[in-house]
Amino acid sequence: MKKLIVAFLLAAVPMLVMAAGGGAHLDDADIDLGDQASLQRGAKYFVNYCLSCHSAQFQRYNRMARDLGLTEAEVIENLMFTTDKIGDTMKIAMTMEQGTEWFGNPPPDLSVLARARGVDWIYTYLRSFYLDEKRPFGVNNIVFPDVGMPHVLWELQGSQKAVFKLVKDSAGNDVEKFDHFEPVSEGLLSPAEYDQVARDLTAFMSYISEPIQMERKRLGVWVLLFIAVFFVLSYLLKKEYWKDVH
Amino acid sequence: MSMMKNFMGWIDDRYPMTKVWNEHLAQYYAPKNFNFWYFMGSLALLVLVIQIVTGVWLAMSYKPDAELAFGSVEYIMRDVEWGWLIRYLHSTGASAFFVVIYLHMFRGLMYGSYRKPRELLWIIGVIIYLAMMATAFFGYLLPWGQMSYWGAQVIVNLFSAVPVIGPDLGVWVRGDYVISDATLNRFFALHFLLPFILAALVFIHIVALHKVGSNNPDGIEIKKGPKGNRWSDTAPADGIPFHPYYTVKDIAGVAGFLFLFAAVVFFAPEMGGYFIEHPNFEPANPLKTPEHIAPVWYFTPFYAILRAVPSIAGSAFPGVVAMFASILIMFFLPWLDRSPVKSIKYKGMLYKVILWLFVLDFIMLGYLGVKPTTDLYKLTAQIGTIYYFAFFLLMPIYSKIDKTKPVPERVTE
Repeated sequence: MKKLIVAFLLAAVPMLVMAAGGGAHLDDADIDLGDQASLQRGAKYFVNYCLSCHSAQFQRYNRMARDLGLTEAEVIENLMFTTDKIGDTMKIAMTMEQGTEWFGNPPPDLSVLARARGVDWIYTYLRSFYLDEKRPFGVNNIVFPDVGMPHVLWELQGSQKAVFKLVKDSAGNDVEKFDHFEPVSEGLLSPAEYDQVARDLTAFMSYISEPIQMERKRLGVWVLLFIAVFFVLSYLLKKEYWKDVH
Repeated sequence: MSMMKNFMGWIDDRYPMTKVWNEHLAQYYAPKNFNFWYFMGSLALLVLVIQIVTGVWLAMSYKPDAELAFGSVEYIMRDVEWGWLIRYLHSTGASAFFVVIYLHMFRGLMYGSYRKPRELLWIIGVIIYLAMMATAFFGYLLPWGQMSYWGAQVIVNLFSAVPVIGPDLGVWVRGDYVISDATLNRFFALHFLLPFILAALVFIHIVALHKVGSNNPDGIEIKKGPKGNRWSDTAPADGIPFHPYYTVKDIAGVAGFLFLFAAVVFFAPEMGGYFIEHPNFEPANPLKTPEHIAPVWYFTPFYAILRAVPSIAGSAFPGVVAMFASILIMFFLPWLDRSPVKSIKYKGMLYKVILWLFVLDFIMLGYLGVKPTTDLYKLTAQIGTIYYFAFFLLMPIYSKIDKTKPVPERVTE
């Protein structure tokens, strides 16, 4: 009887794993798109660390200036390295062929990545690089196994190794499961400061994935208020007309 | 006033304007006991208009080209004035259309609106539903994201599963050996055309409705009841003029609907990945199959039926047949119901339980269609599929042995 119960519970395990989404655990990005300082820092990190290999080909510089509370002069001065036209989008000089040659796969465009993967994924990804000598750039990533990208923020974060523990899978085989990170060398920033960098970058990538999103929600409140008033009036009109229906 | 009268007289001599207005609105007598479920018809019409208007405006900036399609959608989202709103109205409208139509169809099931003399009305409705599904399917390819691409690939491959002519049929539908630029172009053309056919079918649906008159929650034919109301001696006593009574009522319904609709458009346009699926923010890549391909939520009950049926000799054709049969069986509904009463109100416990289980079954199949298959899910989907078909095929029996209640002479409140 005991055996049967165990077998039944074990059979349920893969279902539970699947219910959890299958992938690694993601940390809460906890971004605030109303925090313009955070978005501006995110923009700075983005153009310095990401924009040499990854494009954001649908995001215009002047749109970014307007939405992030920057002047066009500030953007041209500090954030534009690949073009001198403020109306341009965030393109890169690297071609698809070069990307394929250097990284195996061309680095994907990041315009709408936050909508494809979710902000928690990006936040966790930026904090989940670990040393792995088997990889060409010496690092791997917990949420993106065998990633083709080097850890471009290693100077800030320092390096860390991943500690795995052995667990049994549903078939009873031992498999490695990620447990925690252990720091190997210190970076320029403390762990808390680095988390904030990851958060700022995530916030900026969420912004470029849908620049209108804050305005959309702001407008939405007024639209719903208008419809609510319209509903009350139309309901009263209906009641007035229907008085004589018995 | 006399100017206006002269003008209308001039028109009426040349076009039956006043006649149409009276026959279909001011002197069209609808039962006075419509409830919540009777909002869905007018709401479906509203959503169709929203879809056509926003769709035409989207087409002004969209590019049906495999190289440009994905970018043109982002162009609409960012650079076209109010483009984001037009696009979200359209993407939310697609899902809202199916929500409203499923409720509309369920209303028909509850109150027996498909029974004599409304068989043809129901059949036209099922044709509209088929046209809607085709429109939605063609439209879903257009953003040219990963789910657009692979969803279309899976569905078109169903045609390839047809014995003998299958592979050629697949190529004929795609215009290529895989989903490609040629497919995108023709799907765009068809997605633009079908809504106008849909509008024509809706017109025919309403003409058929106004010929036989609306059913109501009591399932009583008001035309067969006593005559004479405040507006006319010959009109049904339980009828009220559609205009102004139901026009003002439907306006309130529209306001209620728009509140929910706008809440989604402005605060949750992706609706947790069900209205706009997350993988669709990755451009279509013919070389990279997504881990898990699921159709949009409104197709998933039928997709679950497709996957529930086991393949025979490695061919998925039986599943394809089952999927199409699950939709086509709706055509026969008017002749499957043998109950002496129309409305669920006067049907017995047996029928009520079977109908509500059918609703749960449909929702369950929808849920299973989203999930990857496991042995347990497959078995559950198989049981769900059997129940789905049993609901229709056994209806002549259970609807007949069901203990019904007496139907009153006049409509109730």
